[in-house]
Amino acid sequence: MTLGPILGVLFDGFAYGMLLFLLSVGLSVTLGMMNFVNLAHCAFAMLGGYVTVTLTRTFGWPFLATLPLAFLAAAVASVAFERTLYRRLYRAAELDQVLLTIGLTFMSVAAAAYFFGTVVQPVETPSYLRGSIDIMGMTVGRYRLFLVVTGLLVALLLLLTLDSTRFGATVRAAVDNQRMARGLGINVESWFAVTFALGSGLAGLGGALAIEIVGLDPHFAFTYLVYVLIVVSVGGLGSISGSFAAAVVIGISDMIGKYYFPALGSFLIYLVMVAVLMWRPTGLFGRR
Amino acid sequence: MTASAGATLEPNSHLKARAQWHPLEIAFWLSTLLPFVLFPHHLVLASQIAITALFALSLDLILGYAGIVSLGHAAFFGLGAYTAGIVSKYGWTEPLLGLLIAPAVAGLAGYASSFIIARFSHLTLIMITLGLGVLLHEAANRAEWLTGGSDGLQGVRIGPLLGTFRFDLYGYTAYAYSLTVLFLVFLLMRRLINSPFGLALRGIRENRTRMPAIGAPSHAHIRKIYTIAAMIAGIAGAVLAHTTSTVSLGVLDFQRSAEVLIILVLGGAGRIYGGLVGAIIFMVARDQFSGIAPQYWYFWIGALLVTVVMLLPNGILGGAAALTRRWRGLTP
Amino acid sequence: MHRRLMLQAAAALALLTAPAASWAQGTVKIGVILPLSGQFADLATQMDNGIKLYMKQKGDTVAGKKIEIIRKDSGGVAPDVATRLAQELITRDNVDILAGLLLSPNAIAVSKVSAEGKKFTVIMNAATTVIITMSPYSVRTSMTLPSVASTAGAWAYKSGIRKAYTMVSDFAPGKDAEAAFQEAFKAAGGEIIGSVRMPVANPDFSAFVQRAKDLNPESIFIFVPGGAQPAALGKAFAERGVDPAKIKIIGTGEVVDESSVKNMGDAAVGIMSVWHYDYNDASAMNKEFVAAYNAEFKRNPDFGSVGGYDGMHVIYEALKKAGGKTDGDSLIAAAKGVSFESPRGPLQIDAETRDIVQNLYVRQVRKVGDGLRNVVVDTVEKVKDPGSAGKK
Repeated sequence: MTLGPILGVLFDGFAYGMLLFLLSVGLSVTLGMMNFVNLAHCAFAMLGGYVTVTLTRTFGWPFLATLPLAFLAAAVASVAFERTLYRRLYRAAELDQVLLTIGLTFMSVAAAAYFFGTVVQPVETPSYLRGSIDIMGMTVGRYRLFLVVTGLLVALLLLLTLDSTRFGATVRAAVDNQRMARGLGINVESWFAVTFALGSGLAGLGGALAIEIVGLDPHFAFTYLVYVLIVVSVGGLGSISGSFAAAVVIGISDMIGKYYFPALGSFLIYLVMVAVLMWRPTGLFGRR
Repeated sequence: MTASAGATLEPNSHLKARAQWHPLEIAFWLSTLLPFVLFPHHLVLASQIAITALFALSLDLILGYAGIVSLGHAAFFGLGAYTAGIVSKYGWTEPLLGLLIAPAVAGLAGYASSFIIARFSHLTLIMITLGLGVLLHEAANRAEWLTGGSDGLQGVRIGPLLGTFRFDLYGYTAYAYSLTVLFLVFLLMRRLINSPFGLALRGIRENRTRMPAIGAPSHAHIRKIYTIAAMIAGIAGAVLAHTTSTVSLGVLDFQRSAEVLIILVLGGAGRIYGGLVGAIIFMVARDQFSGIAPQYWYFWIGALLVTVVMLLPNGILGGAAALTRRWRGLTP
Repeated sequence: MHRRLMLQAAAALALLTAPAASWAQGTVKIGVILPLSGQFADLATQMDNGIKLYMKQKGDTVAGKKIEIIRKDSGGVAPDVATRLAQELITRDNVDILAGLLLSPNAIAVSKVSAEGKKFTVIMNAATTVIITMSPYSVRTSMTLPSVASTAGAWAYKSGIRKAYTMVSDFAPGKDAEAAFQEAFKAAGGEIIGSVRMPVANPDFSAFVQRAKDLNPESIFIFVPGGAQPAALGKAFAERGVDPAKIKIIGTGEVVDESSVKNMGDAAVGIMSVWHYDYNDASAMNKEFVAAYNAEFKRNPDFGSVGGYDGMHVIYEALKKAGGKTDGDSLIAAAKGVSFESPRGPLQIDAETRDIVQNLYVRQVRKVGDGLRNVVVDTVEKVKDPGSAGKK
């Protein structure tokens, strides 16, 4: 039995995991840091996606150039919402936060349908990102390769920031023990705003990158919320490496399951999640 | 409630005070009879509101009173609906029979899963309930021989209620049936909540680990209330199957679980009328918005939720309670 | 004196003709139930556009009566909501006809209401065989999935393919398509070398495509729900190196609808499909239809649009034949056997089964001019649903 096909599938699973990582890491950190349940997270991802679609189609921008803008648009939008609405609910009950953010998600879905229609949006990827290339005997999709490289870069950047910068140290402190951090004079709210913007920006980037793989329509904000929540809970709140590990585990196990046991189909992701959570309730790398 | 400090030290009289019927409550239940007279063409909608209210009430038992956030509660609703449908398919067409068997099946599933549920909390619990709910949905999709798969259960034959009252197009029987079931279950749950068991549940919600220290077995209580909540959700599902003569995978899906959670939080969890108020407001709003702007009603519903949260913390009833307190001049 | 007499005579005449006048001003109300919000909103909009275009072109008066459309949103797959909407349309809005019905579970539920309320019902998209049997007052103007899939199976063998692999989504329509294709293909003499059922909510097809590729099949039959999945599947084929030129990929029309083909790009070239309508179909009537549709809605029509358009035609014809009577029995009697030319070709409502009989086209995605189009390579005429052909 040749290894080529299986490795190809594994690689695809890893790439899918990178996509999930980009979509989820922001939510994991913000949930871990402030316990703020932002279920509108995927709405920011969707915004990033629509920004890319508009820029490539209406304004003819090249795909790669739109990615930083997708990031920025989502980050800026999140700052706007944070200033006006989210800030008032930091001390509120979790369920109230759920209601607010779900309400915002509903509104975003309707707005997307209004401005862009309900049709699935195509995206013009440059020709060097289409098709596949042969690496070490396995056929690898170029776009998937691009996803893997981007995901690894982002993960590396985030981990470096977390470990080696003051900002990172503050974030880690706030996630580990919010009360102590406040006691040390850290203004958790303003640091949270920055982290939130960063996390939402990454979601926007993830949304833009997702179009080529999974397509973009107004329901994106809801469809991917479940997968993001799975990654966040399996990885552990507030942990970047947790999100990474969880996303990879889920992406790969999903692929392996479908390749070897197609009858299991979509069962596998949920079984994996329930199993991991029952074994380690705080997630793979969670603290609390 | 405005009981004096001395009375609240006596648990029995405290419970008795809470169990008194407030005139607003009586007004509420009387007004549920109005649709028969004022909105005779909307009885089908009214019956679906009653069913949703019952479903939300069952979620309130675990969320509002025991602090268990579940994103998979539709599992029990769906089990009840499918049981009622399948029972009717094989010849037992009397709805009341389904109404007895459905909660038994749902309750059994609730009891079995309560062993898992009781051990977890917070996000873990939410995701486990979500996962279990999705797994059940997928299993129902696969078991086409039993459930009819995505086309829905075929051959559902609901007979006339008590052998005489047909479920007709106009919805009189449907609304009378669902309203009666809602009211009876509500009476039972009101008793339960205003009992020592209900108090213990509220204690568990506030601080699960401390409760056993005062002699309240947390896990056992949680299992009990979870089973009861499952049974009531099953009853709601059965009534839906009876009044619409259809059962499809939608009774089990994640959207239904998420929607009932939203409805409960909208109305105010932990206040026994929260689910009822939330159901009425949400479903009437959706029906109206949907009629005005079919493609964009999502927007207005979202706006409603955002407005309620920003203006009325703790849901509509919570906000109403806060307003009443302020109006009464801050008397404790 | 004369004037008063004239006035009285005029008044008497007016009174005599008044009932006729109010009969002429009578309205026929049509309740259209569509999933206007939710994931099927796009197809629902196309169908609604088809209805609007027909009424714009042919006017809103038939047999002396005015047509009024009342639209209701089912929100997606929600048989309980669809049931309630149908009941309300009948009891609250007093509709005479029910129409729309894009999704099979909703159509099944509404059929029960149609039977009880004795209302003429036009199913404009739902594709499951059994629906048509559930109400004696319903007709269908879309297509049935088994008829498409079994035509695909028979045609595949005819075109020289001997071995096939099937990939379908794991839900009722997918399983129906799989069964119909396999049965027709095997009956013709072909061999099914393997099959896989994929989860309904499936963002990533890579593993399934690789499984198929491992068996090196001669052809692959695919069925996935419309929306984002067809494009994802097409791209997965390209990525895993499944070349439509070497391995014949055959699907239903939803796989190669306009937006999916655009999304797939060059990966779509060579994919074959069996379907009843494409906006590229070359008939004169279709060219007019597409032009009018574009002028009105700024986009191309699809099978949803034509289902709505032809559905309205059936309603208008039935009303004319029944002389304006709107009760279920008259309309269904008038609708049975109706046959006409539609943008998709000749159509007929079977007099016995009340189901649709139409031509199905085998097409291939090819580069035409500046873009990719479904080009018709073969036509199968007067196709009936295999299920209803067997039973009644």
